[in-house]
Amino acid sequence: MEKNWTSAELMTINAARLLRDGDVVFVGVGIPNLACNLARRTHAPGLLMIYEAGVIGAQPRRLPLSIGDPTLVSGASAVCSMYDIFTLYLQRGNVDVGFLGGAQVDRYGNINSTVIGDYAHPKVRLPGSGGSQEIAAWAKRCYVMTPHQKRRFPECVDFTTSAGFMDGRARRETLKLRGVGPQAVVTDLGILEPDETGELIMAALHPGVSLERAQANTGWALRASEKLRFTDPPELYELQILREELDPEGIYLK
Amino acid sequence: MNLNPGASPGKSRLIRQKMKAAGLGKNMMDKLCSLSEAVSNLVADGDCIYCAGFTHLIPFAAGHEIIRQGRRDLVLARATPDLIYDQMVAAGCARKIIFSYMGNPGVGSLRLVRAAIEAGKLEWEEYSHFGMITRLQAGASGLPFLPMNLTGAEDLEHANPGYRRVIDPYGGGEVVVVPPLHPDLAIVHVQRADASGNAQVWGIIGEQKEVAFAARKVLLTAEEIVPEEVIRSDPNRTLIPGLLVDAVVHVPYCAHPSYTQGYYDRDNELYIQWDQISESMASTQRYLEEWVYGVKDRQEYWTKLGEETHTRLAVSARLAAPVNYGAY
Repeated sequence: MEKNWTSAELMTINAARLLRDGDVVFVGVGIPNLACNLARRTHAPGLLMIYEAGVIGAQPRRLPLSIGDPTLVSGASAVCSMYDIFTLYLQRGNVDVGFLGGAQVDRYGNINSTVIGDYAHPKVRLPGSGGSQEIAAWAKRCYVMTPHQKRRFPECVDFTTSAGFMDGRARRETLKLRGVGPQAVVTDLGILEPDETGELIMAALHPGVSLERAQANTGWALRASEKLRFTDPPELYELQILREELDPEGIYLK
Repeated sequence: MNLNPGASPGKSRLIRQKMKAAGLGKNMMDKLCSLSEAVSNLVADGDCIYCAGFTHLIPFAAGHEIIRQGRRDLVLARATPDLIYDQMVAAGCARKIIFSYMGNPGVGSLRLVRAAIEAGKLEWEEYSHFGMITRLQAGASGLPFLPMNLTGAEDLEHANPGYRRVIDPYGGGEVVVVPPLHPDLAIVHVQRADASGNAQVWGIIGEQKEVAFAARKVLLTAEEIVPEEVIRSDPNRTLIPGLLVDAVVHVPYCAHPSYTQGYYDRDNELYIQWDQISESMASTQRYLEEWVYGVKDRQEYWTKLGEETHTRLAVSARLAAPVNYGAY
């Protein structure tokens, strides 16, 4: 097998590495689902996957297209209503990790998946929150995955669908939300992390990516961490699991 | 915004007639009828209807019958409008949509609802999933509102006056509240039900129970109509009691292209194709002509799908271990 990789593979592998064995993860479809399944097959066999459709301990035997695929149910440890999943599991504090994506992520990690332009007269109407408004607030830690493009990383989002650090970490802390906020934004160029004020800074670059390239693709004056590092390149076994077991048709990863 | 204050479940004309004829309470009578009869009796122009099901058990056959009967000015509520509301909006049934995630799950945009909103042709009222189902839970529980913890994301609260804040009277600070949702009609598809509407569901159970209790009337469709003894053999599996139900309709394959756990698979190919079909009004109308107006009922629709599709969506068995209730 060739040991080069697509942007999607790079993001998936780096997201998987952020998960810890034993984490309870609120999983979305697509790339987050692949990242969780990769982690479960490598360093985190004890990962517990929860889906917003109300499925706990899913062990999908095929790649689900939708978040409500029947493969999530067959063999799962429990199924409950949506009200239960958002109250008993998420609001009550039984979820460690949430994965989020969006059309825009801003300087303080706020996410927009609702609208581009004015809400009442939308230029582009996006899908809206789904579960993400509450996941961002109440999962103990959150990770964001999105391609690194200037239009996706504005100084300030057009609409806050899910809160990051709002206008700074201090503001989020006054609300006493259960979750500590976004801990990393994984892109195809590297990983951004919040500094002590909640501003996203470049913490790691993928192999071969320059800081200047990341800065040129970011809508605010992106600073680099004093400890700026390079991510470890994807391992052959990680690529193999993704290509041969999890997404053999390349639906999400090509 | 319609907050439906003080609503209590009503009885439809159909049910009143049947109850009078049979001399029975709503929980004990045969409510079986055809889908066209049920829609004709239970859906009026301008009603707020909620077709239940989170990805699973979406009652497409009922949506198609509503389109065929030409209902207008409906308020369509669903957490995820899905293809069923895309089609109903395209067919001109809707005045307004209430939702919390407007996408084609796993595929992308829900083009027709989105275009209608962007063009200013469709009113909308938006929540997060949790806000939407909390409205149903409040409605189902007979409460004036229900609280939710703060999230830090305040823009939707500002955009939708349905969201309000109250102070926790026990000293915990502010909480966000939403009012109950009481749809005029809930349409719920299930695996099996008896003739009086005691309904059993397994797999993803989304918001089915909450919407059945929140709505004023309930139209139940089922893959199988079973004798009452089958229901009574496993009472824990009954999600919706017959006392809520106004009409029971036997509609095999009602959910296609959505699915029924253990009966047939989700038709992901059609969900992907819909992305192209819904690109233009012309191709959308051609689809509706062929698959909605062009068939008289779900049986004809399913036959028209053909053997290849039937085989592709067939599912092999994976049985649960039986449980022992004990003979007391």
